[in-house]
Amino acid sequence: MELISPVDYVKESVQAVQDWAELSGQAIRNVFKKPRYVADMVYQADIIGVGSLPIVVLTGFFTGAVLALQTSDTLARFGSSSLTGQVVSLSMVRELGPVLTGLMVAGRNASGMASELGSMKVTEQIDAMRALGTDPGKKLVTPRVSATVFMMFFLSIISDLLGLIGGFFVSYFMIGLDASQYWTMTYQSLRNEDVTMGLVKPVLFGFIIASVGCYYGLSAKGGTQGVGRATTQAVVAASVLILVVDFFITRLLMGLGL
Amino acid sequence: MARHIAISFEDVSISFEGNLVLDGISFVLERGETKILFGVAGAGKSTILKLALGLLKPDHGSIHVLGHDVTQMREEELFQLRRQIGMVFQESALFDSLKVRENVAYRLIEEKDIPPEEVESRVREALRFVELERTLELMPSELSGGMRRRVAIARAIVTQPEILLYDSPTGGLDPITSTRIIELIVKQRDVYKTSALMVTHRLQDGFIMASHHFDQQSGHMVENAPGEKTDANTSFLILRDGKVIFDGAAPELAHNTDEYIKEYIS
Repeated sequence: MELISPVDYVKESVQAVQDWAELSGQAIRNVFKKPRYVADMVYQADIIGVGSLPIVVLTGFFTGAVLALQTSDTLARFGSSSLTGQVVSLSMVRELGPVLTGLMVAGRNASGMASELGSMKVTEQIDAMRALGTDPGKKLVTPRVSATVFMMFFLSIISDLLGLIGGFFVSYFMIGLDASQYWTMTYQSLRNEDVTMGLVKPVLFGFIIASVGCYYGLSAKGGTQGVGRATTQAVVAASVLILVVDFFITRLLMGLGL
Repeated sequence: MARHIAISFEDVSISFEGNLVLDGISFVLERGETKILFGVAGAGKSTILKLALGLLKPDHGSIHVLGHDVTQMREEELFQLRRQIGMVFQESALFDSLKVRENVAYRLIEEKDIPPEEVESRVREALRFVELERTLELMPSELSGGMRRRVAIARAIVTQPEILLYDSPTGGLDPITSTRIIELIVKQRDVYKTSALMVTHRLQDGFIMASHHFDQQSGHMVENAPGEKTDANTSFLILRDGKVIFDGAAPELAHNTDEYIKEYIS
């Protein structure tokens, strides 16, 4: 196995970040430039949004359910089981809904984008596209980024809602809380700031998922093995980046009073 | 830049990861001329095509295509220029998620202002040219290697570009299919007078192109009679160690005294 020097490693890492930033910048700029590939965006929105719905529904529901199960037990020790709805709603809306949806969509779609674009890259289809006078950034990257950002927003809302329903099932059927009490606590504990935080995050996560997936796909080299490597790297990088960005954006929004 | 010149390379060098692939090469492709690029694997033949198309930027030198210096152009400007150039990639590079019809029509659909009926008729005409009209509704994965190359040729010629770039169009194909593809390239050269650069490993492809012309009456490629004057304008360029060691016509190549060239063409 060939060893890489630390200097080369740092250089390659900095170069990768620069290339990703450049690709991301282009993806945003292309939203305002013609030609716009609306049909491609709708197609991607279908794949990313509708296609991810089952896993988002299941993840949201069971996360809410297990959250209720875990917290009710602890809260019961303090005689505050009635607060279960509040814990579930704040945790889901502010944090777990967007993050878990982001991780699920990253696992499903960042890998899909990296493998699709990676295959196109190693079979010269990307070069062919450029040779035919089409900008791959406009045709392939921007529709994926726009569609992921757009659909992540709604998928997170669905995940939040399913989480609350999951929490309700556990609270009502297993813990024996009153249904009206659960939903009242859930609703009343949410402030505008919590909802804002819960809606800003998925937009950022959507951007990370698509831009990282496209970046690794377009920089794939070395045949099918390279495509496989790009796919794995895309999922790992997107997932880690989601968690890191989540921390900083939470701190930033809390600092802004949100 | 003279109007009769399609492509000119002036002192072009490029290296990849420290390896010098092209070392100060210069040549000119005139309008209507077909230049065949020979060289061992890794000599930089395909790189020349990608440089001409602006897919790669040289480290040094200038490249003019249809009067434009592609080394100084931004990607946005290159997209416009590339619409006048057709390229047939080594492994066809057909879009595997699109049908043959959509692959061939790709550039026409991207133009947006061409009516669908015209797109359809031009796609059919291009596929008829490569004798694959019946494959319209097939996916690339359903085609043989030779058929994919022919579809790639149809995709490249559908807009009747001024320049065609062929990257090993017969590589890995059986002799009969190879000859069929060479016949199509000769037909394109003689019927539409398109300027072309063709990369190949197969010497016989080059010599067939230099010694044959397309007879429109019979609809086939025929060998030039001895002393027959044809306007087939085909020349050869041989690369070695990143440099051009031969640039000329078939008779000069046949009588060249350089040991390497003699061994190469023997």
